[in-house]
Amino acid sequence: MEYSRPLTSEIVIEPSKGWVSLKLGELWQYREMLFFLIWRDVKVRYKQTVLGIAWAVFQPLLTMVIFSVILGQLAKLPSEGIPYPVFCYVALLPWQLFSGSLTRVGNSLVGNANLLTKVYFPRLIIPLSAIGGGMVDFGISFLVLFGLMAYYGIGPTWAILWLPFLVLFILITVLAIGLWLAALNVQYRDVQYMIPFLVQAWMFVSPVAYSTELIPKGIWRVLYGLNPLAGVIQGFRWALIGGYPPDELMAVSAAVVGVLLLSGLFYFKRMEKTFADVV
Amino acid sequence: MSDIVVEVENLGKLYHIGKVQERYMTLRDTIATAFMKPSKLFRSFQLTHQDGETLWALKDVSFNVRSGEVVGIVGRNGAGKSTLLKILSRITEPTNGRVVIRGRVGSLLEVGTGFHPELTGRENIYLNGAILGMKRREIDCKFDEIVSFAEIEKFIDTPIKHYSSGMYVRLAFAVAAHLEPEILLVDEVLAVGDSAFQKKCLGRMEDAAREGRTVLFVSHNIQAVRTLCSKGILLDQGKISLEGTPSQIIDYYMMQNFGLPKIRETFPLDSALRIQFLSVELVPTISEEGHEIYLFKCEYLVRKELESVLLCVDIRNTADVSVFYSNDESLNESRKRKLGIHNITLTIPSYLFAPGEYFVAFGFWEPGHPPEHFPQVRLTFRRQEPKTRLTAHGISWPSVIYMPSTWHYVECNASSIKESIT
Repeated sequence: MEYSRPLTSEIVIEPSKGWVSLKLGELWQYREMLFFLIWRDVKVRYKQTVLGIAWAVFQPLLTMVIFSVILGQLAKLPSEGIPYPVFCYVALLPWQLFSGSLTRVGNSLVGNANLLTKVYFPRLIIPLSAIGGGMVDFGISFLVLFGLMAYYGIGPTWAILWLPFLVLFILITVLAIGLWLAALNVQYRDVQYMIPFLVQAWMFVSPVAYSTELIPKGIWRVLYGLNPLAGVIQGFRWALIGGYPPDELMAVSAAVVGVLLLSGLFYFKRMEKTFADVV
Repeated sequence: MSDIVVEVENLGKLYHIGKVQERYMTLRDTIATAFMKPSKLFRSFQLTHQDGETLWALKDVSFNVRSGEVVGIVGRNGAGKSTLLKILSRITEPTNGRVVIRGRVGSLLEVGTGFHPELTGRENIYLNGAILGMKRREIDCKFDEIVSFAEIEKFIDTPIKHYSSGMYVRLAFAVAAHLEPEILLVDEVLAVGDSAFQKKCLGRMEDAAREGRTVLFVSHNIQAVRTLCSKGILLDQGKISLEGTPSQIIDYYMMQNFGLPKIRETFPLDSALRIQFLSVELVPTISEEGHEIYLFKCEYLVRKELESVLLCVDIRNTADVSVFYSNDESLNESRKRKLGIHNITLTIPSYLFAPGEYFVAFGFWEPGHPPEHFPQVRLTFRRQEPKTRLTAHGISWPSVIYMPSTWHYVECNASSIKESIT
């Protein structure tokens, strides 16, 4: 029996002081719980819907159609010489991954209050699982992209090998901002009303419907990179359909994300001991 | 000592319970602080509330638990039981003090944590198991056992939103019951399901104890503490007021809560009597349903068999009105008047008594005959006055007995009052 083995583990519980450690080892021990929470999210998301998982495709597809008609056809936005529907759809993929995951992460702690107040586990599991759940939708909507590319006769280049890193970059960005939002949301439910607005505004300052080329080069372009999504979305176009490379945007974005992630982790770890009391 | 598995030292937990408006710092305040003093933002949330009212939910609590002990933690609502368990389960952090736990801990503050209504029974077993810290292989091994314990074989692939509440609770407890930690922390989860299932759960806890696991068990169910635990800790207002054997704890708890001392009377042997009492005792306790009851325990000696005699118990209030009468005619036990010494227990539903003083008379008597043994002595007990609006005005409970009753609010029709006024 499991419990007849010698007592080896010793847990010390005391008020935490000073700097807090991330306890990555403990996070690894709880990987099965992380897996099951992601699995639950995926499994439950489209339950009791008629269209089911097809929603993962419809959302970006319909947005793409609307954008193509209004911005592509009527407003005639420049699209780097690429057919507008592909130009737009390829940016909608990372955008929807970002916005969907960020919304879920931001509400994850409050939404799982019952777990926080009843069970011990590394609290980081909750935001991490909220990120994982969005990956399935992302993968499915990707299939449509390949269809579109084939239709317009656009083939990928070697730059496609950068794609996994770009996806990873988005996930880290979501985590960096999401940790702040999720932890703040525990105390201030204002955050939960702020998130939809934040996401909406963020889309307009990201090159989803338009090209980064609209932003003047030089200082403005660098400032634009402060939006961590600017470089990544441009990178997606570059990696998949051969737009302009994201060059200097990426460097600025990476620095911003780095700062947000470190401060977010620190704030999260600092607040996590009060989650169960406050949530 | 090496066999001490839980070591609690001067544990304290401070809660801030300021007025509701003051309880949350507004987001604006936080943003303002973030710009004025960024370092402050990272300080503990609790430090930002120095002015609000505070409450020590636990203060200076120290105790040790040895390996294999089953410790019952009891106390009134708000005594700090749940806070203690939450700290031991690492859900919340203590304000001061220190706990050392040696061994794998499983805590059950609730059954069915993380259950999702859309998922099937099977899926929820895996999900809940993982949340409770079980490995996937472990769940695989115990899966069949869990399903049959919960008695839901037929519905294992049905989404649990279609389950009856009983099935839900059974499944939830079944998963929890198959958690096999070295140290088990349990909170009130036994108070679930129908009584047959409750018995099964209690049995499972006893098994855990027999297998040498250490159990810390928080409960209102004082009876369960008596049957399950080897040691009790009584908490009162965040402090330990008594640590001892379960029966010491229960006696003390009853005294504290109901002001009811145990009452006992013994009688000398009298060879003139054909049947006589040897000792009589009133034991206040709590029934399995959680009611305040009395056990009337008596020991009597039969010198000459008297089939027709009745053991009678009569309880009168201060106005000498009999509020309770019972005799052992209904006890169909052929041995009860055989030669020798007998023990009998009568359960008195004292929760039905109005607050006040009572006198218990008892005797052996046959209708139409002089009593065989009807001692003059009366046992007395007092049913504590609850604090109500009546007692605030010095009015005692008006009725002779206390019938549990429920009030139910139906509706308020605001428009009809206007009509009747005008």
